[in-house]
Amino acid sequence: MKKTFVMEDLDCAHCAAKMEEAIRKLEGVNSVTVSYIAQKFVLDAEDARFDEILKEAVKICRKVEPDCRIIVK
Amino acid sequence: MKHLTRKQRKLFYRILVAGVIFLPLFLIGHTPMGELWHFHDWPLYVTLPLFSVPYLIAGYDVLRKAVLNIFHGRIFDENFLMCIATVGAFFAGAYAEAGEVMLLYQVGELLQGIAVGKSRRSVTALMDIRPDYANVERDGALLQVSPEEVEPGEIIVIKPGEKVPLDCVILSGKTNVDTATLTGEAMPRDLAEGDEMVSGCVNMSGMVKCRTTKPYGESTVAKILELVENASFAKAKSENFITRFAKYYTPAVVIIALLLGAVPPVFFGEDVYKWVMLALTCLVVSCPCALVISVPLTFFGGIGGAAKRGILIKGANHIEELARVETVVFDKTGTLTSGTFTVTVIHPDSMTEEELSYLAAAAECYSDHPISRSLAQAYKKEIDRTKVFSVKELPGKGVHADIDGLDVLVGNRALMEEFGVAVTECHHHHLGTVVHVGVNGCYAGHVEINDQVKPDAERTIRALKPRKTVILTGDRESVGKEVAARLQVDEVHCGLLPAEKVEKVEALLAEKPKGSALAFVGDGINDAPVLSRADVGIAMGALGSDAAIEAADVVLMDDKPLGVATAIRCAKKTKRIVWQNVIFSLTVKVGVLIFEIATAFAAHGHMEQGHNHMGLAAFADVGVLVLAVLNATRALRVPKDPK
Repeated sequence: MKKTFVMEDLDCAHCAAKMEEAIRKLEGVNSVTVSYIAQKFVLDAEDARFDEILKEAVKICRKVEPDCRIIVK
Repeated sequence: MKHLTRKQRKLFYRILVAGVIFLPLFLIGHTPMGELWHFHDWPLYVTLPLFSVPYLIAGYDVLRKAVLNIFHGRIFDENFLMCIATVGAFFAGAYAEAGEVMLLYQVGELLQGIAVGKSRRSVTALMDIRPDYANVERDGALLQVSPEEVEPGEIIVIKPGEKVPLDCVILSGKTNVDTATLTGEAMPRDLAEGDEMVSGCVNMSGMVKCRTTKPYGESTVAKILELVENASFAKAKSENFITRFAKYYTPAVVIIALLLGAVPPVFFGEDVYKWVMLALTCLVVSCPCALVISVPLTFFGGIGGAAKRGILIKGANHIEELARVETVVFDKTGTLTSGTFTVTVIHPDSMTEEELSYLAAAAECYSDHPISRSLAQAYKKEIDRTKVFSVKELPGKGVHADIDGLDVLVGNRALMEEFGVAVTECHHHHLGTVVHVGVNGCYAGHVEINDQVKPDAERTIRALKPRKTVILTGDRESVGKEVAARLQVDEVHCGLLPAEKVEKVEALLAEKPKGSALAFVGDGINDAPVLSRADVGIAMGALGSDAAIEAADVVLMDDKPLGVATAIRCAKKTKRIVWQNVIFSLTVKVGVLIFEIATAFAAHGHMEQGHNHMGLAAFADVGVLVLAVLNATRALRVPKDPK
């Protein structure tokens, strides 16, 4: 499953790259993109564990950039 | 101010407040006033709080982030660089410099945020094609619903000035639509009953009633929006390179700074203050922000600028490929030629042109073949089908029919020979398809049908020079060669089946100069395998063709071949800006660094407090950042097409 999320206050390109790298290493992630320019986050992960992986990914993002929020609909 | 985010506005006020407090302190420290007041002899418990206040107001979040990152095992980012530089300066007693550096760094952050936000907005504004609602007719009433709720096959009404919400076919009414947002083409298109309306266009003049053909998710507008939104996700190689570069660059800078600050004082007994300040200056000047921001920003701008001209590039990686294109392969029909046949010559033998044209059109009036349609078009008048009897199609040859009591044969030479009609040889050299007409066993003449070369095909080939241009076509040798010669295309391969086109492209791929790329331009019909095999697949006239949008790397929304040249120019410009920024930032940084180190070595002995270049370094760093970002936004402007 592939989903796109809007990110708020992601304000460094460095951090976006770091988030991407860390999330890619999670198990069950097929591909991930964190775009600083578009302020978007695209996660492609296993269907069964998608929510779990997403939660983990959000946690990683918060760690890298404490002010950044991923808007999970 | 109104476009700033909440956070940016907060940062702006913080900089303002910190600046107001800091300015008098800075002036006291740097003007004779300071000496008058013996500023440098003020006790620590006075100066330290005085300078800490603006410093903390400006930079508390940088400190916080740096500390948090260290706890998370992520050091060596720009926050970290700024923290050790400024905190180090504090410890060394250079309070004013610490404040200055922090303030300038934050100004840079703010400016960069504003610039990025601005180009993001201008790109999204380009793509302001998302329809907000659809007027759907249900149970006799007209309802305004969101386009997602409309099913295919429902009746919608589109009023003048409204966006076409879904792909649909006009049932009644006449109008013209503005496709500029999709294709960059300024001329409105005239549409009437039975014509297809493409979602995302703007309905201009008349009210039309339409039947939807696709759900919103599969409509053109949704596909394009998805494509543009995802375009910034496919990263270019140079983008990845910069990310990787920054990963090694920052730690390397920290180590160099550490060595500079420690080695001369410890091993050579040099002045500690001087070398520590130099080390801190190094940290400030080497912040890689300018690179890390400007490279993706430039690619983003390039994609946005191309979109403005109806060229959708599916990712930054394709920009790089496009910039390297040295071979352009065209699939002839639908790209350089329009793919619609028109009658170009009418040569009657024993009757008027009009009579010949009438007989040919009448005999073919039941057929839907492109050739038949072109015959009907050439005759211009309506054909009375009640006068056409016993139409017999002879596959591969033509038609035999009874028209107004005449025994009429319309078809190729083989048909004439079969019925024993002697064809009069024509003194003209025919390139297109020749249709012969025979009446009551006698030869009546022939018409020639040609595929038309698009008006700007020649200009396109000229604009692409000195790149190698190749035509691949399924057409006969004579036709292909003529078009190639007229357009001055370098190479032409005729009579190819679809599978052979793939083989030909493979061969051309093997031939192309090393390090260059090959682009294949097709109209998206039946050429998906070739589109994906080429380095860059370009689909033309994609408005309404899903297959092309899916298979291609670059999509030209209209059917003008000149877009190919424009796309390449856009890509080249974008690539050039990327390298300008990389080289400019690195040159300035390395230059300042060498200058600082050289002055430190030259000035032996003790350095006066307050006489160092840290503030200057911060100014250089922010300056480079701002210039690089401004340069990056240039990518949004598309270069003009050549004549």
